[in-house]
Amino acid sequence: MAINCAMIGSGNIGTDLMAKLQRSPNLNPVWMVGIDSESDGLLKAREAGLKTTHEGVDGLIPHIEEDNIQIAFDATSAYVHGENNRKLQEKGVLVIDLTPAAIGPFCVPPVNLKEHVGEQEMNVNMVTCGGQATIPMVAAVSQVQPVEYGEIVATVASKSAGPGTRKNIDEFTRTTARAVEEIGGAKKGKAIIILNPAEPPLIMRDTVHCLTETEPDQKAITESVHAMIKEVQKYVPGYKLKNGPIFDGNRVSVFLEVEGLGDYLPKYAGNLDIMTAAGTRTAEMFAEEIENGTLTLTKLT
Amino acid sequence: MNLKGKKIKLHDNALRDGMHSVSHQFSLDDMVRMAVALDEAGMPLIEVTHGDGLGGSSVNYGFGKHTNREYLEAVVPKMKNAKISALLLPGLGTVDDLEMAAGCGISTIRVATHCTEADVSEQHIQKAREYGLDTVGFLMMAHMTSPEALLEQAKKMVDYGANCIYATDSAGYLLPDDVTDRIGALREGLSNDIEIGFHGHHNMAMGISNSLAAIEAGAVRIDGSVAGFGAGAGNTPLEVMVAVCNRMGIETGVDVDKIMDVAEDIALPLMPTPTRIDRDSLTLGYAGVYSSFLLHAKRAEKNHGVPAREILMALGEMGAVGGQEDMIEDVALDIKKKSA
Repeated sequence: MAINCAMIGSGNIGTDLMAKLQRSPNLNPVWMVGIDSESDGLLKAREAGLKTTHEGVDGLIPHIEEDNIQIAFDATSAYVHGENNRKLQEKGVLVIDLTPAAIGPFCVPPVNLKEHVGEQEMNVNMVTCGGQATIPMVAAVSQVQPVEYGEIVATVASKSAGPGTRKNIDEFTRTTARAVEEIGGAKKGKAIIILNPAEPPLIMRDTVHCLTETEPDQKAITESVHAMIKEVQKYVPGYKLKNGPIFDGNRVSVFLEVEGLGDYLPKYAGNLDIMTAAGTRTAEMFAEEIENGTLTLTKLT
Repeated sequence: MNLKGKKIKLHDNALRDGMHSVSHQFSLDDMVRMAVALDEAGMPLIEVTHGDGLGGSSVNYGFGKHTNREYLEAVVPKMKNAKISALLLPGLGTVDDLEMAAGCGISTIRVATHCTEADVSEQHIQKAREYGLDTVGFLMMAHMTSPEALLEQAKKMVDYGANCIYATDSAGYLLPDDVTDRIGALREGLSNDIEIGFHGHHNMAMGISNSLAAIEAGAVRIDGSVAGFGAGAGNTPLEVMVAVCNRMGIETGVDVDKIMDVAEDIALPLMPTPTRIDRDSLTLGYAGVYSSFLLHAKRAEKNHGVPAREILMALGEMGAVGGQEDMIEDVALDIKKKSA
């Protein structure tokens, strides 16, 4: 039996997520929530036979019990996530946060998905697209030896960065930097995001710089990076090591390219895919927990 | 060209853009000495930060010798008449950095985005206005979009609260007619209370000519730097600009003898290598590449044996924008692989 899901936010992320959920063996997308009845996302959702509302999360709340919605994905904006989360949790819905609000614990599936099992969490945060693309590499290095400083540079095509991302640019850098520390394992983290308007749009690019505390063990780090690439490729096939790891003193740099599946936006928008694929992977894990009874959803009032 | 009687405000960038020339390694003493001398020469506005602005210190752009807070705290209290500005690139710096800089007593913040991405500046421009700062929208790589599209982006920044808009020739690519078109579009399309500015780079030796074209088209703020200290072949050399303005009857309020002395006696001795038009900086202007890439490309040439000029041309072809310094090493590695 698949778990019924709702998507809050009908922008780039929400609409791409819908395609991923439709393919999931144990998640069933039922509702798409937007704020503009003419938005492309709501249109696509209606075409796909989903129920839709353009009245925001309030339009969904009255239907949660009758449609047995157990998991909701919030792909709106960091500014409204807190309120959305409160309303959903009152109804006992588990919330996967795809905004950089980060009020719940971080989840970067190849690094720490298993740590969320059995924790009875009702809100997890998926960091940011840049975080999902780069934190596995920081972790790959820090699993070998201590990383004093981790810095990531995420470059995305302008066309793939919607208004929410643009309004939340500070939240992006802050949340990503914090997750580079907490999940990546760097003692100090920094994040940089760049929008590039080139035509044709460029495929998402990510660069990861780590400064190791002692001389880097080149062989062990190279093996660890390649192993982690394979882990990410399990759910994002277009995740690719383009150059590196290269070593320069205590600096380790890795150059990545993330090509998407082209579900909603074309393949250049790997930033959408890595976020929605990670969110889907995380929700699938929780769905298994709900099904086998290790996670009981509770209403928070 | 008759510009007699025009009044402009010069804005020195030697202590910010010039940081690129020294890989962000000015000492506090260098900063203070130069800022004090510029103040005494009558320079009204001086920018002080890491070359990539607030939050710029990083592996990707180079770590600063000191933090931005240390630089600002050292310089601001020493100013008699000059005001201090700081640069902020959203995606790199945040409103937290802005708050820090405002607390240090800057008068002006310049919120910089790529010329087509103004809507990432909303949070920062709004916050700057709340702090009561002179708030400038700084549209970089202005050659990469049309004058009409540039105006549309400028309008967004004005809506957020900017009181001045710059067309920024980050690549030193524009020729005088291109400047006239862009500044003209901004002057015509924005209300009269919004000031227009121009920031030039000297990669094609157009710093002075472009600045004059900008003034003729309605710009009242002109960037440059003493001794041309800046990324690529540097910014418009201000001692030259002041001399030209004096001859043309443009009022700057800056003493020409004093600024020549600052250039010669203080700025030049601080340059590890002369900031000049060499084949690499000329390539920046010729191919339309972000000037700050220069020293990074020269370093990649040294580390990976690929000519800087070839790297810069490849970055131009791929449409790299400001901030994509990480692509320099990546491109060098790609070229190396291909030729192996």
